[in-house]
Amino acid sequence: MKTFADLQREHAGWLARRRRRDRLFVLASVGATSLGLLVLAALVIDVVHDGASRLSWEFLTSFPSRRPEQAGILSALAGSCWLLVLTALIAFPVGVATAVYLEEYDTTDSRFRQLIEINIANLAGVPSIIYGLLGLGIFVRIMAPITGGRSVLAGALTMALLVMPIVIIAAREALKAVPDGLRQGGYALGATRWQVVSRIVLPSASSGILTGMILALARAVGETAPLVTIGALTYIAFLPELSLEGLRTPFTVLPIQIFNWISRPQAAFHENAAAGTVVLLTVLLGMNALAIVLRLRFQRQRES
Amino acid sequence: MMDAPAPPTERVAAPPVPMRPHTVQARVLLTPPRPGGMGTTRPPLLGGQGSATLKEQAIQAVLALCSAVSILTTAGIVGVLLFETVAFFQHVSLWAFLTDSEWTPLFADKHFGIGVLASATFLTSAIALLVALPVGLLTAIFLSELATERWRRTLKPVLEVLAGVPTVVYGYFALLFVTPALRAVFPSISGLNGLSAGLVMGVMILPLVASLSEDALYSVPQGLRDGAYALGASRVQCAVRVVVPAALSGIVASFILAVSRAVGETMVVAIAAGQTPRLTLNPLVPIETMTAFIVQVSLGDTPSGTLEYQTIFAVGTALFLMTLVLNVASHALVRRFRQRYE
Repeated sequence: MKTFADLQREHAGWLARRRRRDRLFVLASVGATSLGLLVLAALVIDVVHDGASRLSWEFLTSFPSRRPEQAGILSALAGSCWLLVLTALIAFPVGVATAVYLEEYDTTDSRFRQLIEINIANLAGVPSIIYGLLGLGIFVRIMAPITGGRSVLAGALTMALLVMPIVIIAAREALKAVPDGLRQGGYALGATRWQVVSRIVLPSASSGILTGMILALARAVGETAPLVTIGALTYIAFLPELSLEGLRTPFTVLPIQIFNWISRPQAAFHENAAAGTVVLLTVLLGMNALAIVLRLRFQRQRES
Repeated sequence: MMDAPAPPTERVAAPPVPMRPHTVQARVLLTPPRPGGMGTTRPPLLGGQGSATLKEQAIQAVLALCSAVSILTTAGIVGVLLFETVAFFQHVSLWAFLTDSEWTPLFADKHFGIGVLASATFLTSAIALLVALPVGLLTAIFLSELATERWRRTLKPVLEVLAGVPTVVYGYFALLFVTPALRAVFPSISGLNGLSAGLVMGVMILPLVASLSEDALYSVPQGLRDGAYALGASRVQCAVRVVVPAALSGIVASFILAVSRAVGETMVVAIAAGQTPRLTLNPLVPIETMTAFIVQVSLGDTPSGTLEYQTIFAVGTALFLMTLVLNVASHALVRRFRQRYE
C-alpha cells in the first residue's frame, strides 16, 4: 500500500514532468514567434545588401534602360504616385459612403443591407489576380473608349475595387467607435441625420477612417498581380502629362518594374530589383508609420 | 426653443467637435422628430416633411448607390469570368479540361488539363500551409496566452509589418535567397522550384493565421481560463487543453482562409516556382501554378477573343470557385463561433 510520502514523491515527479513539458511548449511557441521576426530581418538585410550599391539619386531619376547600370525607376515612381492618388480619389468617397450607409442609415436588417454585407465579406477574400481579370475584362476592354485601354485609369479603377473592402471595414470600425451620446446630442438639438453624420460622427471618426485609408493605399502600392493582368507595361520612358489625357496613357509601377528586373537572367538587373525593393519598402514603412501615428492620436482623442 | 422654429432651408451653424452640450448654440431646424424615433438613437429614416427631407432622401439614395458598388463588383467578376469561360468551353470540352494530363495551350498541339496547374497549386499551397498553420497557431497561443502585455504590444506590429511586405518582394527573397540556401541541403534543386516558393509563401501567410487565431483565442471568456486554473492547470495546460479547443472553430476558420490565400497567391509562385506546367508533386523541379499561368499569358500581348485569352479566364473561374467555397466555409465557422460566445 502507498504511503503518504509515496504519493508526495509521485506528485513531485509529476509536477516536474509537467514543468518540463510546459517549458518545452513555451520554448516552441517562442521559437515559432521568432521565426517571423528572423525572416523579416533576413529579408531586409538581404535586400539592402544586394541593392545598396545601386541606390543613388540617378537611380531615382532615370528611366528604365537596357543597360542595368543606367536604369532607374523614375517612370515607376511616377506611375505609383498616379495610381496612389487616383485609387484614393475613387476608393475613399465610395468606401466611406458605404460605411456610413451601413452604420448610420440602414441599421435595420433589410435584404439590401444583408446582400451588401455578404458581398463585402466575400470580396475581401477574392484573390487579387481575379480583380486583375475583372479589370482586364471591363476597364481595359469594355470601357476602352473611356479609359484608353491599358491605362493608369484602368489600373486605378481596378485597384480601387481591390482595396474597397479594406476601406469599408476600417471606416465601419471607426464609425462604430463614435460614442452614441454624440449622435443623441445632435438629434436632441434637432439636427437631421445627415447633419449629425457629416458634422459630428464623421469628424470624430476621421482619424480612424484615415488610418484605414492609408493602410489600404499601402496595399495598393505594393500590389503587383492585378496590374500585370491588366497589362501595365514594364518599359515606360516618359512621364504621363498632368491632364485628363494623361489618365489614358500606359503606365508602370514600382512592383511591376521590380518584377521585370527579377525575371531577367543578368545579376546586374537583380541588383536593380533589390534597390527598387528598398525604395518600395521605405515608402510602405513611411505609410505604415503615418498610420500608426494617426491611430495613436485617435486613441488619445478617445481617451480625453 | 420650440416656439420659434427656423425656416426649413436655414442651416444650423456647425458645432465644434467634440461638442459639449452647454456650449453649443444651435437652433431647431426641423419639426420635432416623430414619437417613434424618440426611443432609438437614430430617428426614423424618412420622418418629417419639407424640402430638407427631400435632401435627406437624396443623400440616403446616393449612399445606397455607393454601397451597391460592392454588389456590382461581385456581379462584374462573375459576369466577366462566366462570359469568357463559356466561350472557352465552346472550344474545349469540360471533360478534357478536368481529366487531360497535359497543359499546352500555347503550343500547336493544344491540351487543356487543368489538373496539371492544379497539382502545382496544391503542392505549393501544401508546403506553405505546413509552415503557416503550426507556426501561426503557436505564435497566436504565445501572443494571446503566454506572452506578457509588453511582448504582445511589441510583437504584434512586427507581424503587421511582415503582413505588409509586398508579394513581389517575397518573390525576390524566395528566388535569390531561399533557393540558393536550399541548394546546400538539396544539391539537385533547380533554380525555379515549388519548395522555396511554398516555404516563403508560408511565412507570408503566417501573420494572417497568427492574427486571426489570436483573435479567436483572445475572445474565449476569461471564466473558462479561471475554471482551468481552479482545477490546478498550468498556464500551458490551460492554453492547450481549454482555450484552444474552445476557440477551435475560429482557429479552423483562420486555417481555411490561409488555404484560400495560398491558392490565390500569385507573385511568389510566378517568380520562384517557374512557368513550366508539369503534372508532379516533386518540390524540387520547376512547375506552374494556376495563378502563374495567368501571369505568364498576361505578360504577352494576348488579343481578346483568342483562345489563350479565354483560357486565363477559365483558369480564373476555377480559382475563383475554389477560393469562394473556402471563404464561405470560413465565414460560416466564424459566425457559429460568435453565436456561441456573444
